[in-house]
Amino acid sequence: MLAAIAFYCFAAVTVASAVMVISARNPVHSVLFLILAFFNAAGLFVLIGAEFIAMILVVVYVGAVAVLFLFVVMMLDIGFSQLREGFMQYLPIGGLIGLILFIELIMVAGSWLLLPKMENVRAFPSPPTEQLTNTHAIGEILYTNYIYIFQGAGLVLLVAMIGAIVLTLRTREGIKKQNISEQVSRRPEDSVELHDVQTGSGV
Amino acid sequence: MTMLEIGIGHYLSLAAVLFTLGIFGIFLNRKNVIIILMSVELILLAVNINLVAFSAFLGDMAGQIFAMLVLTVAAAEAAIGLAVIVVYFRNRGTIAVEDINLMKG
Repeated sequence: MLAAIAFYCFAAVTVASAVMVISARNPVHSVLFLILAFFNAAGLFVLIGAEFIAMILVVVYVGAVAVLFLFVVMMLDIGFSQLREGFMQYLPIGGLIGLILFIELIMVAGSWLLLPKMENVRAFPSPPTEQLTNTHAIGEILYTNYIYIFQGAGLVLLVAMIGAIVLTLRTREGIKKQNISEQVSRRPEDSVELHDVQTGSGV
Repeated sequence: MTMLEIGIGHYLSLAAVLFTLGIFGIFLNRKNVIIILMSVELILLAVNINLVAFSAFLGDMAGQIFAMLVLTVAAAEAAIGLAVIVVYFRNRGTIAVEDINLMKG
């Protein structure tokens, strides 16, 4: 009973904030509603017993991705009002496609049943929570059976990091920067000039 | 599907709603790339809810591993996408999607 109330609360807030994400006038509000949606999805994951994914969702999405969005939205000086032109123009076709997709998905998902014999096809049956916590159970298979996939995920992040840096790095003219090798290889002959100055006449 | 007993159908329906909202958001904000990226994040969140719901109700840990991998890809996609937007804005001073087809490659 209590779990049902919690589910409906979290689900309602998630859906409402998702609606606000796509319809808010100000993109900053969109990002903040996206953060709210992620928080409530994390609540749903806790409710279902996937605590580790829930915490990762808060740390990665709210702490990194959403803040990155916030930085970019605030950093770019964009006239957001003119970007909303055509909002009404696309509303009917978008609504139609969305409605068809929604009906299809609900017809598939809403009547989903798990057969008892599905128990036999499980790859890694989750241990009872009294025996092993969710985090421990994930660690047991993530670092053994899924080690290559795990390393691959790390590589994906590395490539993304290098890509983002390479894309946004720019060399600007007219700014003073340190060039260590140039500074170290500088010799006194190149930089010091000796003048024989006559007494009382100046340079 | 009863109202008070939360089963897998509830979670799948919620994920369906979120997925549809993400698709709808892409149609609705045709000009604003940042909102389109946020809609993609919503779609990936719906996928994650599906994976975790199946994992929990089937009692199989593998689904949660895959949810983490989707999370990784979503983070990488957001970083690259936002970097592309920043570079594009630096070059053209706008992020309207219609102008992006100027890059004929």
